[in-house]
Amino acid sequence: MDFSNFLLMQQEMSLMAVFVILFIYDVFCSDKGKQWFQPIACILFTLHTAWGFLPALTGEAFGGMFVNSDMTVIMKNILNIATLLVFLQVNNWLKSHDTVHKRGEFFTITLVTLLGMYLMISAGNFMMLYIGMETASLPMACLAAFNKYREKSAEAGAKYILISALSSGVMLFGLSFLYGSMGTMYFSDMTAQVVSEPLMIVGFVFFFSGLAFKLSLVPFHLWTADVYEGAPTAVTAFLSVASKGAAAFALMFTLYKVFGNIEVVWNPILWWSSVITITAGNLFAIRQKDIKRFFAFSSISQAGYILLGIIAGTPLGMNATVYYVLVYVFSNLAAFGVISAIENRTNGNTLISAFNGLYKSNPRLSLIMMLAVFSLGGIPPFAGFFSKFYIFMAAADRGQFLLVFIALLNTVVSLYYYLLIIKAMFIKEGDEQSVDCFVTDGYNKISLILCTAGILAIGFLSCIYEHIGSKVDLFNF
Amino acid sequence: MNILSLFVLVPVLMILFLFVCKSMQQIRTVMVSGASALMILAVTLTVMFLQERAVSNAEMLFTSSTMWYPSLNIAYAVGVDGISVAMIVLSSIIVFTGVFSSWNMNMAKEYFLWYCLLSVGVFGFFISVDLFTMFMFYEVALIPMYLLIGLWGTGRKEYSAMKLTLMLMGGSAFLLIGILGIYYGSGHSSMNLLEIANNLHIPIEIQRWVFPATFLGFGVLGALFPFHTWSPDGHASAPTAVSMLHAGVLMKLGGYGCFRVAMYLMPEAAHELGWIFLILTGISVVYGAFSAVVQTDLKYINAYSSVSHCGLVLFAILMMNRTAMTGAIMQMLSHGLMTALFFALIGLIYGRTHTRDIREMGGLMKIMPFASVCYVIAGLASLGLPGLSGFVAEMTIFVGSFQHADVFHRILTIAACCSIVITAVYILRTVGKILYGPVQDSHHIGLPDASWYEKVSAVGLIVAITFMGMYPSGASELINNSLMPIIEKLAII
Repeated sequence: MDFSNFLLMQQEMSLMAVFVILFIYDVFCSDKGKQWFQPIACILFTLHTAWGFLPALTGEAFGGMFVNSDMTVIMKNILNIATLLVFLQVNNWLKSHDTVHKRGEFFTITLVTLLGMYLMISAGNFMMLYIGMETASLPMACLAAFNKYREKSAEAGAKYILISALSSGVMLFGLSFLYGSMGTMYFSDMTAQVVSEPLMIVGFVFFFSGLAFKLSLVPFHLWTADVYEGAPTAVTAFLSVASKGAAAFALMFTLYKVFGNIEVVWNPILWWSSVITITAGNLFAIRQKDIKRFFAFSSISQAGYILLGIIAGTPLGMNATVYYVLVYVFSNLAAFGVISAIENRTNGNTLISAFNGLYKSNPRLSLIMMLAVFSLGGIPPFAGFFSKFYIFMAAADRGQFLLVFIALLNTVVSLYYYLLIIKAMFIKEGDEQSVDCFVTDGYNKISLILCTAGILAIGFLSCIYEHIGSKVDLFNF
Repeated sequence: MNILSLFVLVPVLMILFLFVCKSMQQIRTVMVSGASALMILAVTLTVMFLQERAVSNAEMLFTSSTMWYPSLNIAYAVGVDGISVAMIVLSSIIVFTGVFSSWNMNMAKEYFLWYCLLSVGVFGFFISVDLFTMFMFYEVALIPMYLLIGLWGTGRKEYSAMKLTLMLMGGSAFLLIGILGIYYGSGHSSMNLLEIANNLHIPIEIQRWVFPATFLGFGVLGALFPFHTWSPDGHASAPTAVSMLHAGVLMKLGGYGCFRVAMYLMPEAAHELGWIFLILTGISVVYGAFSAVVQTDLKYINAYSSVSHCGLVLFAILMMNRTAMTGAIMQMLSHGLMTALFFALIGLIYGRTHTRDIREMGGLMKIMPFASVCYVIAGLASLGLPGLSGFVAEMTIFVGSFQHADVFHRILTIAACCSIVITAVYILRTVGKILYGPVQDSHHIGLPDASWYEKVSAVGLIVAITFMGMYPSGASELINNSLMPIIEKLAII
């Protein structure tokens, strides 16, 4: 065996190293030493994130099973940033009575999930993709049920594991069709063989449905709200950005690389999924009273926007999609950072009414929340405006003006419910249900500052977009 | 650094300074000095522009372009012609007077933060010649409205704020699709307005759907019938200075955008489809005036009169000849000034009487003579008394409109002319009701007249209105040459 293959897995190796160190530390250290777990995990992971930005080798490893390209490195970096921000937000929650004795587990399990996501992105073979997806989803169910003594959290874990089992099954079923008709699982070998014949189309549709569960596209979204609501807030945050981002990247790769020939088939499928997802996500979000459910539906509609970039099928589309996910990471995590700060204060009350009068009691948090929802809603001069604009440009580039128009009208709807939060925070008066003045813990502050900086700066720093664009290569990744 | 970028930079600096302000005194200092700086800049720009234009034939002056997103051809490109200079001067006057009209705000720091952000959007829009930055600044100007109305407004403020924001954002959805259509229709090589207008061509099939989308998108902000409904509610609920800025400047963004983007870039479609919008604007003009007649709330009266007057702007633009278009720009200036004056005075009166219902007021002339005289002046400007700005603008518009000899244009022109009479009805009725006659409410006796800061605001606007009315050739001189490129494009077809 050629060990130089491992050189390509630079990020995976470093992640494993972090995992092993933390795992051993968790097992062997004293109770007193565990107090240091949070800072150690954060520092190690920061190092790992920084490591990811160093120049990496690119190429195929293990006979094409594993592919590392400039693009995958960028995607992994985005996921790293997301994970780092989540790690910074968990301190207060993990210190609570239910979870204090198992805080090490949170970090290690999250790292395993992240490893699965890496493999999904870097897969050069459908089996690898599948293994990556499983590695990412099983630990995720543990995380969702992390507050196991809370009924809703346990329920969320159960729901998540059932749904991921179902979606894996559906996906494997589709893959078996594809394998049956082509006799190979390697992306590079399949590309030329894919034609629009019934068996392959059926295989593709099942495969797509499997990933659609992960992306929570309508009509595969039914688990989302319950799991998001029940899971601990930090897990919800991770689920909504990292898990979704990884699925979007994997979908994009497979569509472009493997199913590029049958664009006529997947284009209408994605078109309709996108329209339905954005619309349904938005309409359901309006009715929500719980902020986590609210963000669940908001993130469903965001997934629809991501599809807009994927549907373009051009370098421009790929660029816009990756950029969109990057911005989405910062905006959504800013919102979840605020939510988790408030949730800790209100003992798990996540109703929107808890936000009433937030500006009077905690002006800074409310300002960050405002930036976050404006960015999610696509209001300039925040980063979300730029990412939405580019994703619309990418779709319009392919002549999808109708789709862009529908999406645009939906941004107006989304603005309505985002403004409801602004209204609660700024215009409504606080009552006994709403949160009082408090100080956010230091880690969360750092993460919120980073998110705010990201929301404010990413749009103006055109070099980020251009850098992603310079690495886009549709067929060699 | 380009002088134009300063117009964006100054409000941004004001925002930063406001963040560190502690006392009301400091906030006022920052706002007054910032707004004065903008005024001085605007005057300097006008002088420099006139000097520069005497020696240059370029379509836009002070142009500069910095590539921002090279792969998408997005640049931060600025440049002005006479029309934008006029709009910048108007905006700076209203921003300046608006500061004085909101002298005693509660939560002043936050209020002025949003106020400055609004100014960033407004100035940025007028200096931009890049479609992307233009759209960006346009939206930057819209969103602060929500909080400004929702937090500091009166009456059904939450409803109005939401309605206004959503309708304008709906408009901007049309606008964005229009911009994408323009960009891709012209061969996706540039977002620069001048570049597209002069060197690229948008095929007529694309123009046929892009033109309505763009015109409608800007038209919503210009209170185009039937998308004007945000305007009365929004204006009525907004705090004084926000009404001033919104009716005075923000609605001009709509007219300016229709003119600069929709008409300029797509003259063929403008000829083909202009008649549809001409009918709608005709309805705006007449319907707005009629609605104003039956209102009893002072702000509603003025808001509907804004619908009517802004309708006249779009109406004149769609007449597509030089005289009418000159009139349209003059009307933008004139309406901006006088409606700001109206709102400033209504805010003043409301702050003292705590009612805006004209049935509950009377004899204010005896109680607050200064404010009442100013109100009469504003009213006279609105109904087009010669010597004040309104007359010049409306006169030019109708003379221009009458140059079309066909029946369709004639009918619309005559209908629009009728609005002058209706304007006189509602203005005189209001003036007679609230300023003269017996005092309706004994509590009103002894109310103080305008304070010094309110006087600054009112006098500033009146000076501008009279200046424009007495010396109309100054304004038309500034605008006139800049209309030529657009007129030429429209005339070729």
